Amino acid sequence: MPQTLHDVVFVDGVRTPFGKAGEKGIYAQTRADDLVIRCIRELMRRNPGLPPARVEEVAVGATTQIGDQGLTLGRMAALLSGLPTTTPGYSIDRMCAGGMTAVTTVAGSIAFGAIDVAIAGGVEHMGHHPMGEQVDPNPRIVAERLVDPSALVMGKTAENLHDRFPTITKARCDAYAVASQTKLARAYDDGKIQPDLVPMATRHAEKGWGMATVDEPPRRGTTIDDLTGLKTPFRAHGNVTAGNAAGLNDGATACLLASGEAAEELGLPVKMRLVSYGFVGVEPEVMGIGPVPATEKALRSAGLTIEDIGLFELNEAFAVQVIAFLEHFGLADDDPRVNEYGGAIAVGHPLASSGVRLMTQLARQFEEHPEVRYGLTAMCIGIGMGGCVIWENPHHADFGKEK
Amino acid sequence: MTEQSTSTLPNEVVTHALVQDVALPGGGGTLALVTLDNGHDHTRPNTFGPASIGELHDAIRSLRTRAEAGEIQAVGLTGKPFIFAVGADLSGVPYVTERQQALDIAKAGHATFAALMDLPVPSFAFVNGAAMGGGVEAALACTYRTISTGVPALAFPETFLGLVPGWGGCWMLPNLVGAQKALTVIIDNPLAMNRMLTGPQAYKLGIADAMFEPADFLEESLRWTASVLRGETTVQRPEVDRDESAWTDACDEARGLVEAKTGGKAPAPSRAITLIEAARTATRDEGFAAEDEALGDLIMSDELRAGLYAFDLTQKRAKRPAGAPDKVLARPVSKVGIVGAGLMASQLALLFARKAGVPIVMTDLDQGRVDKGVAYVHGEIDKLVQKRRLTVDKASFLRGLVTGATSKEGFTDAEFVIEAVFEEMSVKKQVWAEVEAVVSPECVLASNTSSLSIEEMAADLAHPERVVGFHFFNPVAVMPLLEVIRGAKTDDAALATAFAMGRTLGKTTILVKDSPSFIVNRLLGRFMGEFSRVVDEGTSEDVANEGVSGLAPMPPGVLLQLVGPAIALHNSETLHTAFGDRFYISPALRKAVAENSFLEDARVKPESPVELTASQVRERVLSALAEEAGLMLKDGVAQAPMDIDLAMITGAGFQFWNGGLTPLLDREGISEKVTGRRFLPPGVASVPR
Repeated sequence: MPQTLHDVVFVDGVRTPFGKAGEKGIYAQTRADDLVIRCIRELMRRNPGLPPARVEEVAVGATTQIGDQGLTLGRMAALLSGLPTTTPGYSIDRMCAGGMTAVTTVAGSIAFGAIDVAIAGGVEHMGHHPMGEQVDPNPRIVAERLVDPSALVMGKTAENLHDRFPTITKARCDAYAVASQTKLARAYDDGKIQPDLVPMATRHAEKGWGMATVDEPPRRGTTIDDLTGLKTPFRAHGNVTAGNAAGLNDGATACLLASGEAAEELGLPVKMRLVSYGFVGVEPEVMGIGPVPATEKALRSAGLTIEDIGLFELNEAFAVQVIAFLEHFGLADDDPRVNEYGGAIAVGHPLASSGVRLMTQLARQFEEHPEVRYGLTAMCIGIGMGGCVIWENPHHADFGKEK
Repeated sequence: MTEQSTSTLPNEVVTHALVQDVALPGGGGTLALVTLDNGHDHTRPNTFGPASIGELHDAIRSLRTRAEAGEIQAVGLTGKPFIFAVGADLSGVPYVTERQQALDIAKAGHATFAALMDLPVPSFAFVNGAAMGGGVEAALACTYRTISTGVPALAFPETFLGLVPGWGGCWMLPNLVGAQKALTVIIDNPLAMNRMLTGPQAYKLGIADAMFEPADFLEESLRWTASVLRGETTVQRPEVDRDESAWTDACDEARGLVEAKTGGKAPAPSRAITLIEAARTATRDEGFAAEDEALGDLIMSDELRAGLYAFDLTQKRAKRPAGAPDKVLARPVSKVGIVGAGLMASQLALLFARKAGVPIVMTDLDQGRVDKGVAYVHGEIDKLVQKRRLTVDKASFLRGLVTGATSKEGFTDAEFVIEAVFEEMSVKKQVWAEVEAVVSPECVLASNTSSLSIEEMAADLAHPERVVGFHFFNPVAVMPLLEVIRGAKTDDAALATAFAMGRTLGKTTILVKDSPSFIVNRLLGRFMGEFSRVVDEGTSEDVANEGVSGLAPMPPGVLLQLVGPAIALHNSETLHTAFGDRFYISPALRKAVAENSFLEDARVKPESPVELTASQVRERVLSALAEEAGLMLKDGVAQAPMDIDLAMITGAGFQFWNGGLTPLLDREGISEKVTGRRFLPPGVASVPR
């Protein structure tokens, strides 16, 4: 039987406000699964034309899959969201790219024709599940010098990246970080962020119920001076600080994906069309460089070049890692096409959830930039990987035509 | 502590009123969200003791200040996970010895909820979980209410215990939903085994204005709140029918129900109806003041104290039966044998299958009876499937568990065999001999006898130590009580296994000494006997009924028909044989049974009739019961008055407001007259005086 490929479209995406991990954070006593359930329910509510039984997969990324992120979270979240028992689900772990991989995996199923409609998302409650919780690294890593021990500490890999690219100074990173805060503040002021935020009830035994309606991590009004004196915890007199890196955060995201045919049949909005994606491995010690070869791979498989990309949503795990990407592709540190709403340095990076945030924001930017035909979402991934997903803008005049 | 909380409660688990500001979605302003939380999980629900009410009042006061300053545009009130609030903390009632203290409690609640109602900004209750009594009143005091579809129970159980919803409930609820619906919640439901409403039922009744699913109940409630505040959602409530005659008719109808159920002996329900009736025209101040007086009277009533005593028995003593051996001694039971396949045996088979989930083998003398018994069980399972009480898979599992045979070979690997054969000692002995021939020496042999001696039944066995009495009440699926009888030789392991099985079956177990008719049937036998004696001597049944009204759930004549005249007669004869003339056997009953005729027709007018007044009848019957209860305690049939009361409540439907039996006998002064002393010290199930 001949196999037909199907278009995969991004219908809608939402997220909870992001919180600061830890005892004082807004989600300190809120369950991780409840965060992602809230996103799923909101997606269903926002898309009343979609009969719940038509959701054929719920894939949820989570780096630590134990406790309130365990028990085959994708399936449990589907059940707890009130989706019918016929909707299956699963969990995905590709560290920071859990959500992104959830998207590309269900996209593969849709393109293959196995399913028509799916929900993909991610969650990370880094307060409940600190990085490295209960991991048991194989002793061969050290014995056989397979990777440098610094590869398991993300901040150290960022310092390693500074060694590889000496021209990327701390001053450039701090300037980039300040811009990220400024751009997010402006996006909030312009009402770009709020439409896709889902208010989240927060339970706290001592404070009572509250409601998270905005992100907790951003530091509006941050200046270069504020960042200059910060400690460099990963290396004495190093470059990486809490100011030019994403923090430790709690949050969840989810999006709705469908085949082009199903979207048309059900009258679902098409916000983006998936063009191509690529994941690659790099040396774990410099995992931050991962998005570069991942993007080259995705461009190659799409038959595009970097010049075809009009909007970039890059995850800002570390400023150095974003700047390394920009330098490689010949883009300025302050290129306006990059992270128009700021990035993870300002908004936070609850590991596996971030990939879908990039997509949701790119979708909104597509709407405002009909002149842009292609955009990409990319991120670095722990243990030496990178991921990139390229999308086409349905608002562009040439949408649907051959390149 | 506020000036209202003049009475304090030692060791009160305080429900805190935690306040956080919430930005309403879509720019609706700021809502101050009050969370009721006592710092424990859902197994210790939020309650309102004096300090809790004080904290809530303080919180509302400061919210008033903030509202007047324009800092907040609305107030929200919600609970901790799964619990909104389950009402007043009644553990403090025994400490209330003066009417003024009771009035203070009433007024503190009213002042707090009035303050909530009088806030200058709209208030919203988000009923996220169980809500009862004062919890419901807190919600009613808000301008608007949302409710979760997941709320398992919303109720005003006050009249069930001996109170009225007295923190505004009797005034607010009828003014929200009308007299009829308010009476359903405040009167009908508590008097129907304390029935409760689910979230959807409460919503349908008009108690809440909007309903949302539990998964994001608070978020969606706040979204709705914002749209109400912005004027995008208009809350529409059906207009309350304030027609005087309809309102009065509803109240009169409820009075009839209360009279039928309580014989006018429980003060709380009628008091509640009076308050609801007045609520049609009463101002809030008038309504609240009348509730204050009602609470003042009822908190100081023996009926409430007895109700709380009875409630405590069913909640605590019922779960930890006094005198039961250590649970660890209980042996596991993986298969159950039932001797007999008649109606009782079949009911037992269904109960064991559903609750214990182990294979059940029923035996009887011939295949026809066996087939009929098994068919009965399968038929009942089918009915449960039709009623959607069982899934098809579960039904198929249960059907597979129940088999029947004419041989007792199937008992070989059973650890528990119960007999439900004819009530005749020789038959029981023969059955046990046959069973003992096939079962292991440890297999527990349980008899569902209602009157025969366990010791005698076991006397000829090789292992008499494994025989116990296991006395159910009809209908076995409904009646909570199971009397567990220890024979002279019964060992702890067998007894522990019996108690464990009783618990598995979901029954209230009470340890009873091996003696004729045990607790409930002995007292009922004495009760019915004395009643019959009075009637046979010439008092009309109507007057006699009036004399014993409010004691049993139904008049003795109705009870007799329900039990079956032949069974009642057999019980009386057993007791008469054992104890003599204390237990009267009515010739009329004997004749009616022999001729299968109506009791009324069998009754012969006495030559020199003695007509007693209702109160003389009451004294006669209660005196007989006091004498019998006293003897049972003296002889160790029951270990304590509490076991007698718990048994009469759960096995005979005796009333909460009487505390079962002994608090009533104490209250009416009968105990001291008959036995020279009270059964319970003052204050245990009465107002300490």
